[in-house]
Amino acid sequence: MQLTVWTYEGPPHVGAMRVATAMKGVHYVLHAPQGDTYADLLFTMIERRDHRPPVTYTTFQARDLGTDTASLLQGAIEGAYERFKPQAMLVGASCTAELIQDDPGGLARALKLPVPVIPLELPSYQKKENWGASETFYQLVRALADTSLKPPPLEGRRPRANLLGPTALGFRHRDDVTEITRLLDGLGVDVHVVAPLNATPADLATLPQADFNVVLYPETAETAARWLERNCRQPMIKTVPIGLGATRAFVAEVVALCGLDPALAADPPGSRMGWWSRSIDSNYLTGKRVFVFGDATHAMAMARVARDELGFEVVGMGCYNREFARDVRALAAEFGLEALISDDYLEVEAAIASVSPELVLGTQMERHIAKRLRLPCAVISAPVHVQDFPARYSPVMGFEGANVLFDTLVHPLVMGLEEHLLAMFRDDFEFNDAQGASHLGGHGASAAPEAVAPAIPAAAQIAAASTVDPSREAALGGAAGEPVLRLVWSSEAERELKKIPFFVRGKARRNTERYASDHGVSEISLETLYDAKAHFSS
Amino acid sequence: MSAAPRPSVACGTAPTAARTIIAERGQREVFCGLTGIVWLHRKIQDAFFLIVGSRTCAHLMQSAAGVMVFAEPRFGTAIMEEKDLAGLADANDELDRVVTQLLARLPDVKTLFLVGSCPSEVIKLDLARAAQRLQGERTDGVRILYYSGSGIETTFTQGEDACLAALVPELPASAPDAPPSLMIVGTLPDMVEDQFARMLAQMGIERVSFFPARNSRTLPEVGPNTRLLLAQPFLGETARLLEGRGATRLPAPFPFGADGTADWLRAAANAFGVPPATFETVIAAPRARARKALGGPRRQLEGKSIFFFPDSQLEPSLARFLHEELGMRLIEVASPYIHRDHLAEELARLPQSCRLVEGHDVDAQLDRARAAKPDIIVCGLGLANPLEAEGFTTKWSIELVFSPVHGFDQAADLAGLFARPLVRRDLLKV
Repeated sequence: MQLTVWTYEGPPHVGAMRVATAMKGVHYVLHAPQGDTYADLLFTMIERRDHRPPVTYTTFQARDLGTDTASLLQGAIEGAYERFKPQAMLVGASCTAELIQDDPGGLARALKLPVPVIPLELPSYQKKENWGASETFYQLVRALADTSLKPPPLEGRRPRANLLGPTALGFRHRDDVTEITRLLDGLGVDVHVVAPLNATPADLATLPQADFNVVLYPETAETAARWLERNCRQPMIKTVPIGLGATRAFVAEVVALCGLDPALAADPPGSRMGWWSRSIDSNYLTGKRVFVFGDATHAMAMARVARDELGFEVVGMGCYNREFARDVRALAAEFGLEALISDDYLEVEAAIASVSPELVLGTQMERHIAKRLRLPCAVISAPVHVQDFPARYSPVMGFEGANVLFDTLVHPLVMGLEEHLLAMFRDDFEFNDAQGASHLGGHGASAAPEAVAPAIPAAAQIAAASTVDPSREAALGGAAGEPVLRLVWSSEAERELKKIPFFVRGKARRNTERYASDHGVSEISLETLYDAKAHFSS
Repeated sequence: MSAAPRPSVACGTAPTAARTIIAERGQREVFCGLTGIVWLHRKIQDAFFLIVGSRTCAHLMQSAAGVMVFAEPRFGTAIMEEKDLAGLADANDELDRVVTQLLARLPDVKTLFLVGSCPSEVIKLDLARAAQRLQGERTDGVRILYYSGSGIETTFTQGEDACLAALVPELPASAPDAPPSLMIVGTLPDMVEDQFARMLAQMGIERVSFFPARNSRTLPEVGPNTRLLLAQPFLGETARLLEGRGATRLPAPFPFGADGTADWLRAAANAFGVPPATFETVIAAPRARARKALGGPRRQLEGKSIFFFPDSQLEPSLARFLHEELGMRLIEVASPYIHRDHLAEELARLPQSCRLVEGHDVDAQLDRARAAKPDIIVCGLGLANPLEAEGFTTKWSIELVFSPVHGFDQAADLAGLFARPLVRRDLLKV
């Protein structure tokens, strides 16, 4: 048993729902009790979808268990076929129905429906949402792709690609698809089928007619793309075009694969990210310490963007989906880090607290962690929240996506700079502390972080996760049993510390305390503060 | 004052007259009882709710709670894994480990609820016995109780019923010669509780308790001299167990709206021999205030038609309020379960023209709603946006459970929840 409050991923059948809901002409019959119908609201509320997910739940009850849940399931399959007339059906069980072993696939076959019925076996007690999405998409492709089809001869036509992986509830999938479609069009490449998003079963049948596959989201599409590569000899492009460098690499791969004019690979006029980052205004971004966490694909891409395209220092990175742990570990090693592979948000919180980054790039989970730790944060990956579905066009892929990332990743820090200006005018009649920082809900700027002692959340207590020690007295100690050195700040040093901008103040405090304890200094004076500064600058 | 005319009600029959209730069975589209933890953990401030379930349960809780609040919760899920399913002995060991760990880290928790889920019920993990065993092993006085919030046994608000029912055996017995006391049953926001307590005190009813209490260590007494006033219409099992301990239920409509609240309080006043003049004096000002405040929403809602999908079991009571006090036309009032006794007063006040449905069949209900073209549809979060996209105006039913809606001073807020979507529809030019 694993104790948890918030989870990064839902159960695997929610992954299947993300695929089914993304598609047209598919209906999913899920053997599940009534409570599982909550999953509909993920789509209708978070993503504001204007249709119910195409899912029929059997909603069996305790009284059905002794009698005949199997015929209930068969009735639901038959009823759903009659009502919705899909081109293909998915049948499967959620965690509870998995335990009663009704064999949805066999029961569905016995009905001899006139459309393909694809049984899904998604082991709920072992696997999670992303795996469920990947397996569902793979089973659909296997069942529906017509492997006898081939792309027509290349002469006299543009090359064509399938874009694989975008689903319902995906982080910016809607706009990424538009952006990459435009990008390919500019290169002279047509998009043949986008799947699963907005694809029909009939579209999936024609997948083998494309010249190659683009795996936009490996979490969902890599398994299916590998199958197409093996069975239809369709090459795939695995470079995920998130960030300027990755987008250029993606373009270069497409150009090479399709034998296009290399001149096409130049950046388009609307690509601003590089100049925005080189311009002197961005100097202050240099060496900002960032912690990156998300699904493997987004975390790896953002770590590269952070280091190579914004000049940040990546001080921690990781992902919650173990299926891609190896890739993330390899990249982390390249960054001189050890990757955090965990789906326990308390562990992630502790890791973030321990490195005190200046910016967190994460999921909605990290957004809340960062709020508690009073750190700036930008959301770069699922799991998603309603605000991750902006009304405006906001891809993270391609050249426009790189522009968006510059804004997204830098914006929280700019706000930090504004706050510093406010702090500089701390005693000014107009800019006094009582006015507070606009983005922190109007609390006094000087309240951060000393005066704010948020009630330690129950969840944090569970983890015994350490937050920044707000007291004047800091206790530093190594392993259990070692004597703990009590550090006291002189009032003069404390006043000096407050003159340091708040967004580096925590780091200054930590460095000074580390320096003091390393040098056996128990009272931190003004001298200690500057000695420490010199020590860590050298 | 009491002669203030009620809007015409199309019922001339006695409260017990049988109503036609259409039973419906099909796909349900409603939360399971686990969801009650979202408000129960806010109310019982020293309790922790530990769901023993699957990743789906944890995901449900975060989706149901996360859409509305992201408060730091005193609830969590012990997610069962493959090895827990293989051997129940191991599952019990694992549970002991999780509970011990949890309580060691949360010393402020005085009551731990082990909450059963669909998978724990299906594999017959005996959590009642586990609670007893864990309780027996402890010397720190932490109370460990069990109830099931599983979706194969409980629907949405029934989870609160199951939770409170688990607490009933823990209530201390009142002395046989204790003077009569009033117990108000059902989770109410603290502010609403305080309003009721003030009015009851003004009437001279001194011995009033609320169940659940804000603190699980100060449980109210129960015995033959306890009179029960249900504040929620979904507490069938809790009321049955309290009656089993000698308490007597006071029949009343539920305290929604000015008239509903007055009638509800009157049931208590009558049972405690409060002189009618005193009663009228106490409620005069708040009732007048409520009626005045209802004037605004009434202008929006009068004559408008409404269709309820089944959700919280509040539907018949809310329908009565909307019909009597706001002049709405009831097309269909569907509820997951209709307690014939507890709702007798409400059912008698619903017009015969309205279709009363118990149970679910979501696709059939959607067909009927589309055909009826109501001015407003009350439904769950999974249905609301799709119906809006079809051109209907909707009210998410879950907000009716999470907002303070009981009593005089919340009557207009409750009406406002229904009026706002209509006002907004008129307002927007998009």
